[in-house]
Amino acid sequence: MYIYIQGTGCVSPQETAAGNALPATVSPWEGARLKAWEPDYKQWIDVKLIRRMSRVIKMGVAAAKLSLQEAGVEKPDAIITGTAYGCLDDTGVFLSKMINQQEEMLTPTAFIQSTHNTVAGQIALMLGCHGYNNTFVHKAFSFESALLDSMMILREGRLRSILTGAMDELTNHSFNILSRFDIYKKVPVTHEQLLKSDTHGTVAGEGAACFVLGTERGPNTKARLSGLTTLYKPAGKAEISADIDAFMAAHNCSQSEVSLFINGRNGDASGDEWYEHVENTIMAGKPVATFKHLCGEYPTAASFGMWMGCRILAEQQVAAAAMFKGEVPEKFEKILIYNQYKQTHHSLILLSVC
Amino acid sequence: MEKLMAALKAQIVEQLNLQEVKPEDIGDDQPLFKDGLGLDSIDALEIIVLLQQHYGIRIANPEQGPEIFHSVRTIAEFITAHQTAK
Amino acid sequence: MNSNVWIAGGGVICGIGNNLPECLEAFKRMEPGMAHMEYLHSVHRHTFPVVEVKASNATLAEWTGMPEHISRTALLSCVAAQEAWNSTGLGDISQYRVGFISANTVGGMDKTEDFFADYLQDTSKGHLNQVVHHECGAITELVADAMGIRHHISTISTACSSSANALMYGARLLKNNMVDVVIAGGTDALTRFTLNGFNTLMILDPAASRPFDDTRTGLNLGEGAGYVVLVSDALAAELPATRQPWCRLSGYANANDAYHQTASSPDGTGNFLAMQGALEMSGIKPEDIDYINLHGTGTQNNDAAEGAAIARLFAPEYPPVSSTKSFTGHTLGASGGIEAVFSAWSVKEGIIYPNANFHKQMKELPFAPVTKFTAGQELKHVMSNSFGFGGNCSSLVFSKNAQS
Repeated sequence: MYIYIQGTGCVSPQETAAGNALPATVSPWEGARLKAWEPDYKQWIDVKLIRRMSRVIKMGVAAAKLSLQEAGVEKPDAIITGTAYGCLDDTGVFLSKMINQQEEMLTPTAFIQSTHNTVAGQIALMLGCHGYNNTFVHKAFSFESALLDSMMILREGRLRSILTGAMDELTNHSFNILSRFDIYKKVPVTHEQLLKSDTHGTVAGEGAACFVLGTERGPNTKARLSGLTTLYKPAGKAEISADIDAFMAAHNCSQSEVSLFINGRNGDASGDEWYEHVENTIMAGKPVATFKHLCGEYPTAASFGMWMGCRILAEQQVAAAAMFKGEVPEKFEKILIYNQYKQTHHSLILLSVC
Repeated sequence: MEKLMAALKAQIVEQLNLQEVKPEDIGDDQPLFKDGLGLDSIDALEIIVLLQQHYGIRIANPEQGPEIFHSVRTIAEFITAHQTAK
Repeated sequence: MNSNVWIAGGGVICGIGNNLPECLEAFKRMEPGMAHMEYLHSVHRHTFPVVEVKASNATLAEWTGMPEHISRTALLSCVAAQEAWNSTGLGDISQYRVGFISANTVGGMDKTEDFFADYLQDTSKGHLNQVVHHECGAITELVADAMGIRHHISTISTACSSSANALMYGARLLKNNMVDVVIAGGTDALTRFTLNGFNTLMILDPAASRPFDDTRTGLNLGEGAGYVVLVSDALAAELPATRQPWCRLSGYANANDAYHQTASSPDGTGNFLAMQGALEMSGIKPEDIDYINLHGTGTQNNDAAEGAAIARLFAPEYPPVSSTKSFTGHTLGASGGIEAVFSAWSVKEGIIYPNANFHKQMKELPFAPVTKFTAGQELKHVMSNSFGFGGNCSSLVFSKNAQS
C-alpha cells in the first residue's frame, strides 16, 4: 500500500505560510534565534478562539489548515501531532504566576492551554473531527512517532486520510534556558555563514509543518512517503551507515535512485560530522540540500525538512538557498532526508515523486 | 452602580483577552454567555478569580456562576450586595 | 498483521501500593489512599487530600538504582516498568527487540518548578540539572537507558488518556513486527503545577472523591506509574508454562469528543465512540463485557458524560462497573497504564474491584458502581476507559481467550 502526501502546510521563520512554497529569497535573521514568520491567523481561526491561543497553537492550526486546503480534505479521519516542548508559553505563564503569587489567585486559561495535546485537540474542535487523535512528545522523535503512527494506521486500511504534523515554539524563557546549556552560537552568524562556520553551537528555531497523508492520490498529490525509520543513540557513525543501508534496502531504493540528499546540518561542528560522514560515504556524489539555516534547530525541525522535500518534488525545482553542495539535478525522483538532534535522535525519511 | 459596571466591563475585556471587543460595546444587560457575548465555562472561572482579585469576593461553588454572571449588571449587583453585607 | 497482542505481565506503583500485590491488598481491605501531602510541598497541603506514593525519592532511587536527584516521575516509572518486565519471566531484556512507550503529562515538572523559583529571581540562576529533564520524552529516556532499552522508544501525552494511547501505539508496533515486545503505560508524579491547575478549574474535592455518586464534587489527584508488557503470538508461545500471559489486548479505540477544551459533551459522544470502537475491534457485543474499569474521576462533568455514554451503549443490561480512582486518586498520565494493569489482572483472576465512598446512585443513571471486592469470577472481557482534556477519549478491551 502506498502512502500519499496529499497536502502540506508550513509556518516557519521563512515566509512559507504565504504561498505554501519556499520563497526564492531567504528572510534574513541575526543572532542565534530565528522567529517564525507569522501570517494573519484570522483567515483560519475565529477571533473567539484566537484570544486564548499561544503562538504554537496558532502556528499548528495554520499549518493544519494550509495542508487540508491543499489536499482538498475538509475533515481528516484522524489527527496526530508531535511536539517536543508542547505549549511552552502557557506553561511558562502558569508556572511564573504560580510561583510569584504563591499558588493563590490563579486562573485556568494558561493551565488548560499548557497541555501537550492542545494543538491536536483544538484542530479536532475546529473541524468537528471525532476521529482518532493522538500527540507524541518524545523529544526529537515526536514528529517521527506521529508519522509512524499515521503510516501504521493507514496500512490497517480502515482510515483514508490522516492529518499529521509537528510544532514547537521558542519562548523567551526557553531560549534563555537552552542558551545556558551552551548549544547556540556565541558569535553572531548569518544564514549564509551558519553551515560553514565550523564552530561549536547552532541557532534556535521554531515552526509548524503539517501533512495530509492518505491511501489514495488527491487532486494535488505529488509525493509519496515511502519510508521512515529512527535510530536512538547509535554507537557511532558506522552504525548510522549500516542503518541507512538497511533502510534503503528495505525500501528497494538504490543509491543511484536518490536524486537529492537533504540533511539536517545546523552549523555545529561536531554534529555536522555525522552528515559529512554520510555525504562522503553512502551518499557520495549526491547533490545535498539543507534546511536548518532556514528554520533554525529545534527537536521537530525534521518536519520542516520533510515539508521542503515535498515542495521540491511537487515543483521539480529546489531553491538556490537550500542547496549545500553538488549540481542541481534535472529531475527529482526520490529524496532521502537524514536528520539528527544532538547526536542522540537520528531519523531517515524517504520521499518519492508520483 | 454605573461606575462599577464600567470598571467591570474593562476588567472582563482585559482578563479574558476579548480581542475586537471594546468595554463600551458590552451592554449592561447583555447576556455574557452563549449567544450573547459568547463566553464559556472557562471564562466563568476567570471571572471568579477576577472578583476575588479586584473585589475580595470568593465564590466557592462554580455552579453559582451562570446565575451571578448572567450580565454585567447581575455581577455588579452581586458585588454590591456582597460588599454591603460584609 | 492480524496477530494477537498478549499481556505477558504488568507492574504498578501508586498511592495504595508499591507493587501489584500491595494494591490488591488495599482493594481487598477497602483502604483508599487519600491523605495529607507528605512529599509534595504546596500551600494547599491542608486543603486538598492527595494519593501520594508512600516512598521518598531517596527510597525510590534505592529501589531502582537511579540517581535520587532526578524527577520523581522517572523514579516511579522505573519501579513499575521493572516490576512489569520481571513479572513476565522473559529474562535478559537485551535478547529482544524491545519497545518502551511511556506516557506522561508534565515531564520533569516537579524539578522544573524548583528551578523556576530561582530562575525568576535571576535568569542566570537555578540549577540546570533541575530543568535538563523537563521534556516529557526525557522521563522516558531516563528509564529506557536504565533498563537498557533502545530499539523503539516514544512518549505520548494526551492528558488523562495518555497511557491508554501508549498501549495502542505499542500494539501497533508489535503487529507491524517492528519489535518483539513492548513495555507500555505511563507515569506522573504529583506536582504543584498540576495541583494548582486543577484547582483553578475548581474540580478538586477537599474530601475523598466519590466517583459516580450523586453527591460527587470533584477529584483527588494521585501519582504513580503502571505498565503492561505486550507480546505477539510468537513470543507468547515461548513463555514458560508457569508464566502464561494474563490475557489479550483484544480491542482499543481512540476518539475525540470535539466539544470543548476541557469539558465532556453532555451525552459523552467521544466516550461512546471510543467504547464502541474498542468493542468493534474486539469483535464482541456490549453484553459480552463482564466489567468496566471506569474513567470515573468524580467530577460532575466526567461521570455524567461517561455514565450517559455507557447507558446509551449498554442499555438495557449493565455490566458491573467501578472507578479504582476512588482508591488511587486520579494519576493523570499514569491512570490509563495503572488501570490497564488492574483490568488485565482482573481478566486473569476474575476480580471486580470495588468503588469506594459510594452512597447515592446518580439520579440520571440506571446503574450504580460495585462496592465490594470479589475474585474468582469468570470474566471473559474487561473494558478500561480513559478520557481527558482536549476531548481525547480512549477505551481498551482485555479478553481471556485467543481469538477464535
